[in-house]
Amino acid sequence: MSDPPIPLLAVQDLSVEFRTRAGVVHALDRVSFDVQRGETVGVVGESGSGKSVTAFALLRILDPSARISEGRAVFGGLDLVTATEHDLGLQRGRELSMIFQNPRTALNPIRPVGRQIADVLLRHGNVARAQVRRRAVELLAQVQIPDPERRYAAYPFQLSGGMCQRVMIALALACSPSLLIADEPTTGLDVTTQAAIMDLIRELAERTNMATLLITHDLALAAEQCDRIVVMHAGHVVEVAPAEALFETPRHPYTAKLVAATPHGAARLADLAAIPGGLPDLRGELPPCRYRFRCERYAPLCDGPLPRVEVLPGHMVACWKPL
Amino acid sequence: MSRTGERSILLDVKALERRFPVGKGWLHAVDDVSLEIGAGECVGLVGESGCGKSTLVKLITRLLDPTAGRIAFDGHDIGGVPAARFARAPERALIQMVFQDPTDSLNPRFTAFDTIADPIRRLGRGRGAGAVSTRVRELAEMVGLPEALLGRFPHQLSGGQKQRVGIARAIALEPKLLVLDEPTSALDVSVQAVILKLLDELRRRLGISYLFVSHDLAVVRLVADRVIVMYLGRVVETGPVERVFANPGHPYTRALLASVPMPERRGERRFRLTGEPRSPIDPSPTVCRFYGRCPDGFERCEREMPVLRSDAAGHAVACHLHG
Amino acid sequence: MTALLRHGRYVLGENPVTGLAFALFVLLVVLAAAGPWLVPYDPLASNTAEALKPPSHAHWFGTDQLGRDLLSRVVVATRLDLTISICAVMIAFAVGSAAGVTGGFYGGWTDRLIGRVLDTIMAFPLFVLAMGIVAALGNTVANIVYATAIINVPFYARLARSEVMVRREAGFIEAARLAGNRGPRILAMHLFPNCLPPMMVQISLNLGWAILNAAGLSFIGLGVRPPTPEWGIMVAEGAAFIVSGEWWIGLFPGAALMLAVFCFNLLGDGLRDLIDPRRRT
Repeated sequence: MSDPPIPLLAVQDLSVEFRTRAGVVHALDRVSFDVQRGETVGVVGESGSGKSVTAFALLRILDPSARISEGRAVFGGLDLVTATEHDLGLQRGRELSMIFQNPRTALNPIRPVGRQIADVLLRHGNVARAQVRRRAVELLAQVQIPDPERRYAAYPFQLSGGMCQRVMIALALACSPSLLIADEPTTGLDVTTQAAIMDLIRELAERTNMATLLITHDLALAAEQCDRIVVMHAGHVVEVAPAEALFETPRHPYTAKLVAATPHGAARLADLAAIPGGLPDLRGELPPCRYRFRCERYAPLCDGPLPRVEVLPGHMVACWKPL
Repeated sequence: MSRTGERSILLDVKALERRFPVGKGWLHAVDDVSLEIGAGECVGLVGESGCGKSTLVKLITRLLDPTAGRIAFDGHDIGGVPAARFARAPERALIQMVFQDPTDSLNPRFTAFDTIADPIRRLGRGRGAGAVSTRVRELAEMVGLPEALLGRFPHQLSGGQKQRVGIARAIALEPKLLVLDEPTSALDVSVQAVILKLLDELRRRLGISYLFVSHDLAVVRLVADRVIVMYLGRVVETGPVERVFANPGHPYTRALLASVPMPERRGERRFRLTGEPRSPIDPSPTVCRFYGRCPDGFERCEREMPVLRSDAAGHAVACHLHG
Repeated sequence: MTALLRHGRYVLGENPVTGLAFALFVLLVVLAAAGPWLVPYDPLASNTAEALKPPSHAHWFGTDQLGRDLLSRVVVATRLDLTISICAVMIAFAVGSAAGVTGGFYGGWTDRLIGRVLDTIMAFPLFVLAMGIVAALGNTVANIVYATAIINVPFYARLARSEVMVRREAGFIEAARLAGNRGPRILAMHLFPNCLPPMMVQISLNLGWAILNAAGLSFIGLGVRPPTPEWGIMVAEGAAFIVSGEWWIGLFPGAALMLAVFCFNLLGDGLRDLIDPRRRT
């Protein structure tokens, strides 16, 4: 039996805290998961789950009041947590790329979109100055922007939300990264545009064997698009499993509730589940299992340190009483 | 829940049109829209950005005047009363709205109590301070808002709580028609279920009709009796929700349904729209608005604007290739 | 009301600079109100024997060319300067906000007309315009107030107008319409209160500027006339004596002016925090 392949990205025990006037917020607590070359992993959670913080932590673009207190994130041999700004700068945009939630605000509003792509190419790609414009136009065409020659000079405000997102994808993919982090890339877009954008990302990923880390609150979207899904709650990873298994047979009580709350699966309104309680306050002392106060299956044994149980090969649950 | 036999029609819209002057031409935001909402029924309105649903909503709630067409409410013509004077019309209290963004739709300087009390103080029949207070508390209880939160400002409330305040405000005057503009899109999925169930319960208990605007087809399927699909200012399909979703007649409806994430259809190549929408500015009255993006267009689609044709079950499609 | 006071204490405690500014403001108000009774000498009493004496134990700020005690004059002048600037700013605020919110809300010709009037005012160098107004209307203190008010109207109008235009389409305004509120009521009860926080900063900066404006007009001989104690004319009188070495005559009123402006500038942020409910925890 051969050794399991070395993951492209291995996140281990990543913990992030924010220093605020109201106290220290433990936004992430020992988050661990990995991403293999070429696969699409979804990170799913509600607002406050820490999914965006995880993405920002990997690229080290967190708010200055944040601190990575523990953990490693090994990407291609480099630990992103302890890497110097210089080493990190070499990775960002080249091997490791990110697209953001609000496409129009993520682009520079006073710079033509084509020039923004050109900037990335000049900084990272080994493209000669004379070739940069041509390559940028090629990239615009690759993301299916109609009339790319003319659109090179367009400003973000002249493009629709969907087109801005395509430009951002072109920017992110300009240097053929091996990992793309997509932070809620389709939130706020029309559903037909969303489908087209997700198709585009998947197509481009397949072409270059690029791995994708898709961060979203939409469980149905993740279940459709991703190979594996990481479910987060209040800064913890509660379950990691192949997408189909997770959606059909979730093993963590929170995941099960999340699936039941997704309108997609319910036959009638009465079947739609609500999740009782609210997110715990992430400041101060927190129980080892942060879902404890919202969980109907709570037992005294749940007060012990949070376990990582492999219920099936490739299916991990952080629960003492998995379903 | 299908309606059989005669139902009393609460809202009757005929050939409604709203144009805006843009440069040298006219933007047709809403064009030849006719619809009916019966007493106690929930009608879903779906369509993407630019389809005119926001304008239609403003016309129906009389915040905006139509440029042509009729709006009748409970038999009375309300389209003729100018929007600027509608605040004093007897129908004002009977048509209300719940907004999408709970943060934007609450006055930051008003407490929850003041927000809910405002319509009662303005249009309630001569109530003293005591009666207003009783009514506000009654409404808060109806929507599941703890009384202790009534003294709080919007920034001190969670998304779900703010939305409850918005709902309480909307039902304060016992409206007959409630327009819900994406009431749960800005909320987490766990809260969404609670709010949707609350809305459903209120509708049945208070006998209100709903116009439920949403881009989320999965939600519309769960809450609506009938659905209206809009594209570029026109109604392209309408009918009982189960029928339309199971057997979409218009290619655009088919595209919409195919774009909804479906975990059980992983990896399948699904129907996608290509191209850009036609311009809503001075559109040709003889060319189908969907022609060009439609996979099935033929020469008649360029000569003659399709009209809604209904079958026996009330399922109407505006397409030359259907029916 | 008590909630406001509690919030007020919180705001003052939170930011020491605001607390300092507020303390200074209280001092100014006390001096303005009780000045004439607190001072050791009659500000108008001249005593040529004591003329041009430097600061000493008997006269802390020295005496001017007519032997009047400078400390008394500076303190008593507080009342006049503060009154002029507060009145002018209040008038400018009231008129300017009303014009701005009306133009911003209704748009169309109303907005254009109001805009042109404002442009006319702003077309002139403001101080020159103030001079012109006082010269035309007559050399009285009331006219200084009106002149200062007029030249400050555009700032409030522009600010109010843009704040209203930003919020005009907000959900809660539509909701107010649905609740049966009509135009003027929406403007007054819903829109305008939300525009107040940024205007607070403007008001307090303006107070400082208005004092300088009034002092400036008096400096060139318009408005306030001797022997009335007012910081502006006192600086003017003192200017003549700087060259001959009697520095105290111009310095102390100038320092008072500086302190007052400083205080108002710092107060702006604090006032805004006081009014904005989002700062309440």
